Amino acid sequence: MLAHSIFFYFFSIIAIFSSLMVITSRNTVNSVFFLILDFISVGCLFIMVGAEFLGMIILIVYVGAVAVLFLFVVMMLNVAEQKQSWFIGKKSTHIPIGLIVSVLILLELLVVVGGWKYKDDLMSSNTLYISDISNTHQLGLVMYTDYILYFQLSGVILLLSMIGAILLTFRQRKGVKKQSYFNQISRNPSSSIELREVKSNEGVKIDD
Amino acid sequence: MIEIGLGHYLSLGAIVFFLGVIGIFLNRKNVIVILMSIELILLAVNINLISFSIFSGDIVGQIFTMLILTVAAAEAAIGLAIIVIYYRNKGSIRVEDIHGMKG
Repeated sequence: MLAHSIFFYFFSIIAIFSSLMVITSRNTVNSVFFLILDFISVGCLFIMVGAEFLGMIILIVYVGAVAVLFLFVVMMLNVAEQKQSWFIGKKSTHIPIGLIVSVLILLELLVVVGGWKYKDDLMSSNTLYISDISNTHQLGLVMYTDYILYFQLSGVILLLSMIGAILLTFRQRKGVKKQSYFNQISRNPSSSIELREVKSNEGVKIDD
Repeated sequence: MIEIGLGHYLSLGAIVFFLGVIGIFLNRKNVIVILMSIELILLAVNINLISFSIFSGDIVGQIFTMLILTVAAAEAAIGLAIIVIYYRNKGSIRVEDIHGMKG
């Protein structure tokens, strides 16, 4: 139990600190780095508590794909020059209301957690569910049988998001010469070679 | 203190959720940080689902965590694509400069 609590406090303190840095960091690139740190520490927490498959998925999908996508966009858009702290600049009216709403949300969530604290049949880490088959095996047993519809639907969602992202960012550039395979292959000598009389001092017009 | 129970994990989820909401409200920089705050909120939801799933011995919570992961990845891809085309058209993604709908 001691090791469990030590690791829990270690990773959760890192997670809270890095999520604080994500929203307060002045440079957007630093925010993305702290987001990656946050994902890694929460993934380690998941692995520690027994959800190994999801911890690994968090490491692979979030750190490997989503966070790197964020990093690409941040570096592509040149937003590093827009660094500015919160309270400088124009007067903003939404900051105090936002603070009140967020603190209320935190208080409500903590009240819920405190209510769980005094519930009698709350499970502790002594009664952790130990199974003889691995976490990934358990997930696979349920996911491909009872939840196959949701699995397929999430695949459709991924396909739609891919098509949407490509469609949104696709643009046809004007004035760029492109290779046309069909025209290249379908030409023959009789249509591509032409003999002309070139008059002196006038030249010949070549259409391109 | 030594005994780590469900309440500890739920508190962690609550704090991360709170920080994500604060990040949305207090942001004065650019829209990408708002997207990152949404990712933080989804991560807090995942923490809640997984801790309930582990501490009550039911695997279904982890299935729903996978679905949330899928939706989060799709949302990040679409949101970043929208940000890229907005930057290409308007030249800025600062929160103050985005007032096309007079909101």
